[in-house]
Amino acid sequence: MAAPYAKLPKWVDYGLLPLINILVAFLISGLVVWLADESPLKAAGLLIKGAFGYGEGIGYTLFYATSFIFTGLSVAIAIHCGLFNIGSEGQAYIGGIGVALACLAFDSTLPWFLVFPIAIVGAAIFGALWAFIPAYLQAKRGSHIVITTIMFNFIAASLMIYLLVDVFKPDGTMAPQTRGFEVGGQLPRLDWLFGIFGIRTGAAPLNVSFILALLSAFIVWAIIWRTRLGYEIRTRGFSPTAAKYAGINEARVIIITMMISGGLAGMMALNPIMGDQHQMQLDFVAGAGFVGIAVALMGRNHPAGIIPAAILFGVLYQGGAEISFEMPNISRDMIVIIQGLVILFAGALENMFRPFIVMIFANLQRSGSSKALEAGE
Amino acid sequence: MEFFETIILVLQSTVRLSVPLIFAALAGLYSERSGVFDIGLEGKMLAGAFAGASVASLYESAFLGLVGAVVVSMAFALVHAFASITQRGNQIVSGVAINFVAAGATVILGQAWFRQGGRTPPLSSDAKFNAIELPFAAELADVPILGPIYSDLLSGHFALTYFAFALVPFTWWVLFRTRFGLRLRAVGENPAAVDTAGISVVWLRYRAVLCCGALCGFAGAYLSMAISAGFGKNMTAGSGFIALAALIFAKWKPVNVMLACLLFGLLNAMEIRLQGKELPVIGEIPVQFMQALPYILTVILLAGFIGKAIPPKAGGVPYVKER
Repeated sequence: MAAPYAKLPKWVDYGLLPLINILVAFLISGLVVWLADESPLKAAGLLIKGAFGYGEGIGYTLFYATSFIFTGLSVAIAIHCGLFNIGSEGQAYIGGIGVALACLAFDSTLPWFLVFPIAIVGAAIFGALWAFIPAYLQAKRGSHIVITTIMFNFIAASLMIYLLVDVFKPDGTMAPQTRGFEVGGQLPRLDWLFGIFGIRTGAAPLNVSFILALLSAFIVWAIIWRTRLGYEIRTRGFSPTAAKYAGINEARVIIITMMISGGLAGMMALNPIMGDQHQMQLDFVAGAGFVGIAVALMGRNHPAGIIPAAILFGVLYQGGAEISFEMPNISRDMIVIIQGLVILFAGALENMFRPFIVMIFANLQRSGSSKALEAGE
Repeated sequence: MEFFETIILVLQSTVRLSVPLIFAALAGLYSERSGVFDIGLEGKMLAGAFAGASVASLYESAFLGLVGAVVVSMAFALVHAFASITQRGNQIVSGVAINFVAAGATVILGQAWFRQGGRTPPLSSDAKFNAIELPFAAELADVPILGPIYSDLLSGHFALTYFAFALVPFTWWVLFRTRFGLRLRAVGENPAAVDTAGISVVWLRYRAVLCCGALCGFAGAYLSMAISAGFGKNMTAGSGFIALAALIFAKWKPVNVMLACLLFGLLNAMEIRLQGKELPVIGEIPVQFMQALPYILTVILLAGFIGKAIPPKAGGVPYVKER
C-alpha cells in the first residue's frame, strides 16, 4: 500500500540511497561488458587508469567534466522549477552561435580576456533565446515543455547544419565549420595551474572555462537557495498550486528559469569551441546536453552533487577512450548505456530500494530503542 | 505523363517512409491513451530493429526475426512499465533512459557478436521480408492512370506495410468499440473512477504499455528487415520522435495518426525528391528546412495556433490509490 515513506536520516537520503542506485547502474553496465565477452573488472581498472593514471588523463577528464557541469546545472535548475528541460542539447548547440560570432568578430583585434566575456554573454543569450520559445509556450499556452524542447533539439540540429554549410563556412572550403579563430578567440589552457601541483596535463584541452563552470555552479547555488527568485522557483517546483496562491507569477518564473537554464546550456559551447577546437564544428555538443540529464539526476540537482557527478562522467568519457583502445569491443557507446542506466536508476527508479532501506533502519531503531529502554530500567 | 509518374513515385516512397511512423505512433497511442507518456518509442524501435535483424540472420527466418523484435521491444516496454506504473517513477525520465540504453546496447552487442562495426550481417532474401505483388499487378500495369496506381502504388509493398495500414481501423475498433478500449481510455482520463469500478489500474496500464512495446517491435522489424536488409548503427535516426510528433499532431486519434504519419512521410519523400532542385517562385528550399518541418508543425500545433492538442488528462501522472 502507498503509505508515505518513513523519514530517513539525511545522510541516507542524500548519500546512501543515491550511492546504491548508482552502484546498481554500474553493476548492470558490468553485465553488458561481460555480455560483450570482456572482463568487467579489467574494464574498470582501465577506466581508472585512463582517467587518473597520468596527468594528461586528468586534464581530459576535467575538460569533459567542464561541459557536463554546465549542462547538468542547466537541467537541474529547470527541475527545481518542476520543468524537465530535455532541450539542453539544442540550447548548447545554438549557444555556439553566440561564441562563434564573438570570436569571428573580435579574435584578431581584442585579447582573449576581452573576447571571453563577450563570448560568455553571446553564448548565454543565444542559449536563453532558444529556451525562451518553449518556455513561453509552456507558460502562456500550456504546451508541454518536454515535447517542445525535444522538437527544438531537432530544429536546432537542422538549423545549425544549414548555418554551418550555407552561412558560416568560408568560401572555398569543404568542411561544414567556421574558419579557425586567431589568438583572441582561443582560451588559455590551465596547464600552469595544475603544474603547481606537479600534474602535467600535456595536450589536454582543459581551459579557463573550467573555472567559469565552477563559478557558475556557485552562482546557481546562490540563486536557488539564497534569492527570492530561487524561493519562487522552488515553490513552483514543489507545488504549482501553492505558488499560485502565494501570489507568485507562474508564467514569469517559468520563463526566467528556462532562460537561465538555456543560458547555462549555451555557455557549455565555450568549452569545445573557444577552449579546444578554436572553430565551430558540426555537432560539437556531441551529446553533452543529454549527459546533463544524467549528471543532474545523479547530483540530486544540487551544484555540490553536480560537480562530482560531472567529473564521474568525465572519467567515463576519458577512461572510456582508454578502454576502447585496449578492448575493441567496448567502444564509446558503452558510455551511452551507462548514462541510460544512471538515468533509469537514479531518476525513474530512485525509490526502488527505499522500502528496503526503511525496513532496515526501522529494525535498527527498534533494537536501539529497546536497548535504551532496558538501560533506563 | 511524366508528371503523373513523378507523383506516383513520390506517393510510393511516402507509403514506404510512413509505415514505421504508423507502427510507432499507434504504439504511443495505446500507451499514452492509458495515461503513460512514452518518449522511449525511439529506443524500443531501435532495440526491436537490432533484435529482429540479429535473430533473422542467426536462424535465417524472417518470422523468427519478427518475433525476436517484438519480444525484445516488449521487454524494454516492461522496464518502462515497471518504472512508471509499479515504482511510480517519472515517465519522461524512464523514457529518456530507455532511449540511451537501447542506443548504446545495440551498438556494443552488435559489435561484440558480429564484429562488423555495429552492423548485423546482411540478411539473405529468406531472412527478410520481401515485397508482395498483388494479383494481376503485372498485367494491369499498362492500363492508363489506374494501372500505375494499382501496380506501383498499391501493389509491391511488404506484408508489414499492409499490416500497418490494417492496424489503423483495428486500433480504432479496439479503442472505441471494445470494453478493453473503453477502460483503457478511462484509465488515461480518470484512473480513480476506473479503480472505484473495481478494475485494476495497474494491470490495464501494463497491458497498454505492452501493446506499445509490441508495435514498436514491428516498427523496428520493418526498418531492419523490410526496407533494409540488416541493422545499422542508430538506424531509426529520430523517427521515434517524429512518430511522437505525429501522435500529438493527430491529437491521439487513430485515423488522424495515419494521416499525420502520411503527411510526415510525404514531407520526407519530397525532401529527398527536391534536394538541390529549383522550384518556381520560391526557389530552392533548404533540405534542412524540410527536415525540420514536422517538428516545427508540431510545435505550432502544440502552441494552439492550429487547433488544440489536449493530451489524455491523467497522462504522465502515476496513479496513487489512496493517501
